[in-house]
Formats: sequence, C-alpha cells, structure tokens
Amino acid sequence: MNVPAAWYLILAAVLFGIGSFGLLTRRSALIMFMCIELMLNAVNLTFVTFSRTLSDVGGQASVFFVMVVAAAEVTVGLGIVVAVFRRRSSTSVDELSELKG
Amino acid sequence: MIAGAYALASVLVFATAALLILVGAIGVIALKNPVHSALSLIMTLFGVAIAFVAQSADFLAAVQIIVYAGAIVVLFLFVIMFLGVDRREHVHVEPLVGQRAFAAVGAAITVGGLVVLMARSHWVTGAMSVSTKGVALATGQANVKQLGTAIFTTYLFAFEATAALLVIAVVGAVLLARRERSVHDEEVEVDA
Repeated sequence: MNVPAAWYLILAAVLFGIGSFGLLTRRSALIMFMCIELMLNAVNLTFVTFSRTLSDVGGQASVFFVMVVAAAEVTVGLGIVVAVFRRRSSTSVDELSELKG
Repeated sequence: MIAGAYALASVLVFATAALLILVGAIGVIALKNPVHSALSLIMTLFGVAIAFVAQSADFLAAVQIIVYAGAIVVLFLFVIMFLGVDRREHVHVEPLVGQRAFAAVGAAITVGGLVVLMARSHWVTGAMSVSTKGVALATGQANVKQLGTAIFTTYLFAFEATAALLVIAVVGAVLLARRERSVHDEEVEVDA
C-alpha cells in the first residue's frame, strides 16, 4: 500500500513555505525566480497527490498547464532581468526603488 | 511500525523524495552563489519527479526532468553566466529591519494554516471522480494515453491557449532582451 496522501501534502506545504521564505528574504531577482519555481512545484505536487487520491487525471492535466505557464513566466522574467541588468548592472531588487513614493 | 502499515518500498521512496526536495529547497534559499542555488534547484526538481513517479504521474515526471531540469534551470544558469552575476550576495545584510523575522513568521503561518486545513478538512474522502467514471489512474504508457486523452478532449481549449501564450512569451522575451539599436540604424532599416 502506498503512503497516505497527507504525507505528500505536508511535504508540499513545507516546500511552499521554504519557497515563500526565500522569496521574502533574498534580494537577487534570479534567486527570487527560483523561489517562485519552488512554490510552483509545491502546488504541482499537491495537484498530483489529489489526482492520485481521487483517481482523476484532471489534476495531472492542471500540472501540465502549470508547467507551460511556468516556462513562459521564466522566459519573460529572465528577459526582464537581462533588460534591467543592462541599465543598472545589478539584479538586486533593492536598487529598483525609483517608483517609491 | 510505519513500515508495517505501508509497503516498505513506498515509505523509502517517499523518504528519498522528501530528503531531496527539502535539502534542495533549503540550498536554493541559503546558498550565496546563484550557480549553487540553481544546482540545488535541480535537486529539488528531481525529488519532485520521484514523488510524481511514486504517485503514478509518469508522463509528468518525464516532463519535469526534461522541461524543468533540462530547460528552465539551464536558462537560469545561462542568464547567470551571461550577466556574470555569480558573485556572492551579501545574505547577512538586512536592509529592512526585522525582514527575516517577519518572513519566517509569515512562512510559518502559511505552512501551519495549510497543515491545519488539511488535518481538519474532509477533501480526501477516497470517492472516485465522476469525470473519469471510476476508472482508476493508470501508470506507465497507459498514463500517457489517459493524460493525452484528457488534454486533447476536455482541456482542448486551454491547450490551444497555451500555444498562443508561448508565442507571446517568446516574442516578449526577444523584445525585452534585444539590444537597443541606435536611431540611425532604425531609419536605415525603414528606408530599405
């Protein structure tokens, strides 16, 4: 018998927490993107776990679409990082404070 | 006693996946060099792929390795090398006072809330989905067939929309990362 779904769900919750902590504390835009990937993977793991528990392939289809959107998001995000780096010679988000009121 | 209740193999697989995921995730947020963080991310992605295989999502595990570990992390590494930002970030400097403490509290509340929700809810009833008419989730090649059937019938519109999304993302990335040309060059191009 497979391990209960709750183990995987708690693992995904902890992974999401680690990702959100990193997103809030790190200041390099690249590392922040990696933390977003961690959080997306936590959600994917939850989808697959519920898909197995409920025997519904719809959860796996959702993961498929999340992966596509994540790939598009990383492409555009890294494009923005490259464009910002050209102007500011830094990927630290602390330096992008010109819109501050 | 845990191994008695569940098959030893599935417990070992879960432990391996959890170890890879958690060590990799902590590495991503703790390591100072962005290259090391990206390599830690690969470790987490492999752990998630193991968890996918253990839960009969074989196709997604393959896609996870090919697309995430193969393409997205390589894209990260490419940008890190391209920009030359593989310097160490000063992770000990704290520009906002108490930022780390607040982040830790926020993450703890998030995890705690999720776990409490899971423990108190009755989402996992074991009831079969109506959309698959009680057909069990397949593994191996049948899993690819099942997922393909779902994507190309039930989720066909979403699948077509992702095509448009990917084209927009590619065009946007090229536009953003392209070097600005001088006004003179553009005038010449328009004339030609």
